[in-house]
Amino acid sequence: MKALRAVFAATTALCAATAANATDLEVTHWWTSGGEAAAVAEFAKAFDATGHKWVDGAIAGSGGTARPIMISRITGGDPMGATQFNHGRQAEELVEAGLMRDLTDIAKEGNWAELVRPASLLDSCTLDGKIYCVPVNIHSPQWLWLNNSVYEDAGIPVPSNWDEFVAAAPKLQEKGIVPLAMGQQPWQTTLAFQVLMVALTGTDVFMKVFDQKDGELAAGPEVAKVFAAADAARQMAKDSNVQAWNDATNMVITGKAGGQIMGDWAQGEFQVAGQVAGKDYTCLPGLGVNEIIQTGGDAFYFPAVDDADITAAQGELAKVMISPETQVAFNLKKGSLPVRGDVDLAAANDCMRKGLDILAKGNIIPGTDQLMSADSNQQVNDLFVEFFNNPSMTAEDAQALFASIIGNAD
Amino acid sequence: MAAARAPARWHKNISAKIAAIPMITTALVVFIGGTAWTVLYSFTSSKLLPKEKFVGLAQYDRLWSSSKWLISIENLAIYGFFSLIFSLLIGFVLAALLDQKIRFEDTFRTILLYPFALSFIVTGLAWQWILNPDFGIQHVVRSMGFENFDFDPLYNPDIVIYGILIAGLWQGTGLIMCLMLAGLRGIDEDIWKAAKIDGIPMWKTYIFIVIPMMRGIFITAIVLIASGIIKVYDLVVAQTGGGPGIASEVPAKYVYDSMFLSQNLGQGFAASTMMLVTVAIIVVPWAYLEFGGKRRG
Amino acid sequence: MDNVNQNASAVSTEMVGPRGQKPTKVFSRRNIMIYGTLIVISLYYLLPLYVMVVTSLKGMPEIRLGNIFSPPVEITFQPWVKAWAEACTGLNCDGLSRGFFNSVRILVPSVILSIIIASINGYALANWRFKGAETFFTILIVGAFIPYQVMIYPIVILLREVGLYGSLTGLVIVHTIFGMPILTLLFRNYFASIPQELFKAARVDGAGFWGIYFRIMIPMSLPIFVVAMILQVTGIWNDFLFGVIYTKPDLYPMTVQLNNIVNSTQGVKEYNVNMAATILTGLVPLLVYFISGKLFVRGIAAGAVKG
Repeated sequence: MKALRAVFAATTALCAATAANATDLEVTHWWTSGGEAAAVAEFAKAFDATGHKWVDGAIAGSGGTARPIMISRITGGDPMGATQFNHGRQAEELVEAGLMRDLTDIAKEGNWAELVRPASLLDSCTLDGKIYCVPVNIHSPQWLWLNNSVYEDAGIPVPSNWDEFVAAAPKLQEKGIVPLAMGQQPWQTTLAFQVLMVALTGTDVFMKVFDQKDGELAAGPEVAKVFAAADAARQMAKDSNVQAWNDATNMVITGKAGGQIMGDWAQGEFQVAGQVAGKDYTCLPGLGVNEIIQTGGDAFYFPAVDDADITAAQGELAKVMISPETQVAFNLKKGSLPVRGDVDLAAANDCMRKGLDILAKGNIIPGTDQLMSADSNQQVNDLFVEFFNNPSMTAEDAQALFASIIGNAD
Repeated sequence: MAAARAPARWHKNISAKIAAIPMITTALVVFIGGTAWTVLYSFTSSKLLPKEKFVGLAQYDRLWSSSKWLISIENLAIYGFFSLIFSLLIGFVLAALLDQKIRFEDTFRTILLYPFALSFIVTGLAWQWILNPDFGIQHVVRSMGFENFDFDPLYNPDIVIYGILIAGLWQGTGLIMCLMLAGLRGIDEDIWKAAKIDGIPMWKTYIFIVIPMMRGIFITAIVLIASGIIKVYDLVVAQTGGGPGIASEVPAKYVYDSMFLSQNLGQGFAASTMMLVTVAIIVVPWAYLEFGGKRRG
Repeated sequence: MDNVNQNASAVSTEMVGPRGQKPTKVFSRRNIMIYGTLIVISLYYLLPLYVMVVTSLKGMPEIRLGNIFSPPVEITFQPWVKAWAEACTGLNCDGLSRGFFNSVRILVPSVILSIIIASINGYALANWRFKGAETFFTILIVGAFIPYQVMIYPIVILLREVGLYGSLTGLVIVHTIFGMPILTLLFRNYFASIPQELFKAARVDGAGFWGIYFRIMIPMSLPIFVVAMILQVTGIWNDFLFGVIYTKPDLYPMTVQLNNIVNSTQGVKEYNVNMAATILTGLVPLLVYFISGKLFVRGIAAGAVKG
């Protein structure tokens, strides 16, 4: 009884202490599907525990929908307390215009520079030596997902790399199965191309092309190999009549297709369908050729405001988001990898473990969002969606266009 | 009151002028002001935020060398031509049918109009399924034994724009039908009686008497359809996302994608300026003839 | 066919009007043509709705595997419940119901204000022409063709400058502005087709600007007010972009939830919930169509002329 009273007293004291500066903080983000929302709830829970209040402003649809809203709110002089943004080049201008809050102090205090792994994540948050965002997770697009039973039924072993996958394609086609499922949205085709590029030519070429924008290399024989492979890929995908990526994933799950090149978020679909990694489906990072994690991911930015209470709450939220407990809780729900290396993901499944291992080995490359402007990325997207859907566009033509986009990219 | 005494010019018609203040403000501040702002920034290299970094015609050079933009325009022309004709035709015929003093007019009208109420984000998905060769109409017809039946408009770059047209007409004709119906309901019963007495067949009455009397309604309908055509965006995004490849891109999508996906405001503004210039070239002279001339009865 | 038969006979007895040839038989060619055409067209219009309703009543496993046209093997109303009351928008798991009243709060003043202003504009343009009116009107018509996404930033700046950014008033004004071109045109052209003699007679009787507007124009124009209402109710109810850009989360309309249910970028797409949510969101405009549609009664105009 005494103990209970003590607890009561303690909680009352705690409430009283925090109530004085409890602040409502509106947080905008585009995580709205089941798993995503559950992951956000972890953030909110941890933040609310500090005595502040998380006011949720979820807007689905990253690029086209959420972004104009966020930018309007910030430039309209009525900003939210914190907002999700793809880190990398996209928020650069808002930072330059002085609309975003400098988090350098908090980052120093929390020793982010040493904890955040890989370091490139923090680099993307940095402009002129100052840190402006909190990276919260890593999503890698570099995966090939395969339906095991499709291959077993066709009497061939489940491919363990891209070459075997290509070799197995004719057998599947004979049986009326689409070897490679692919959705029609532009980013999916670009994703496939980039994954092929890393797998077939290695990290160096990838970095020279997308980071140093080496147009000559992009026009050269190394990259021509990638285009030849992409040409093969579009042959294998020509009967895949779906739009959304998850419809394509569904073709793999239901055995209408052999495999799909897609990011680690595809795993959620397999899980929902009750499939077990390693038994029903196989995941090959880096197409099984060049095992690599591409560090795309999400980050939170904090608009600069005059209100001292809100500023304090923003700082609190930044600390909470990167704290070890929140990182584990959040990323398990989200299906992504944590940004700090000092946490243990005991509950991770097979495919996530593969990812963690690669991350621990340091086999990483940055995402193109971090390397090129949104504008250049979009031009690349436009090119690949045309290439993958227009059989009359030859690999040579596409490569020439690609080289010119890269040559002029910023 | 306006004619109460011979007034000084400025307060002749004073009530009408006061009543028109919201319209005048909107026209000047929002449409002229906003357009001028847009045109101005189309000469800059603005990316995420509008910035006064002028680059001359660079955005326009890039615009006209983009195959995506050229395809967008071509698609808009095809879509616009058929959409205008079929919307008017179907809209009018449906209105005329509903105007025959039929039973269940309310029910039919609501059935024909309901697509207009539903957001295209999801109805686009329904159409996408129906037109999908693997589980839509083609699949059903083939499973009935017609193995050679081909119907895959959304997956064939040559005809994808017609697939979008099917859904566009489905959504838009109901409203045009209502507009036409309102026009028909405004026509005096006596006209019909007179035509009947003169022994003029019904179809002739429609074409030579009723339609000319509905001139205003037709103009409204045309402007409504045409402005919808120019702005067509959701429909394409929901059904094809501009695909296959870039075969079903449209200008409004180009503008939107440039502004918010590519974060290249300058490019988006340049594209919208081109759209606006085209519209102005067609609409302004016509509007002056139509609205500026002598009053029609 | 039974149904048609009944309808047709009812019509033929009721036919007192002047249209076409007098139907002599129930199965006159004319009736078969009219009802046949309407029924066939209705089927085409109903097909997507059928697919949506059927899908919304299926469970996800059935959707993954099944035929889109086949009726549900096991009917479930769970997607509807989920769409209305459980679907999550980020952390708030109360479905579409959350934004419903906000949508109503936005809809009612926006529709009323935009129709009042546009009908007065149209009236002034059609009957009380003043110098320069056509110029402003032409600008307005060209304005109807501007893709409104382009106007997002200029309007953010305008609203910020007049201090209305983030308020309901600001949003109502935005809706009124973007509804104005088409609605003004609609009213102007309709009013212009009303016989001049009526207007002149009223002037002789001493009626002024507002007197004629309220006593003659409005009663004679119910069908066109219905069309305007259909346009505005649909446009404003389904608006998403303006609602989120020009207001704050506590005023977000229902379409924000719809968008969040439907537009999630990653994770599982629950097609059945999407379909149910879309139909639910469409119910308010549908109700308005059905009820206000009764105002499309023939003879109002004629009655006013004679009365």
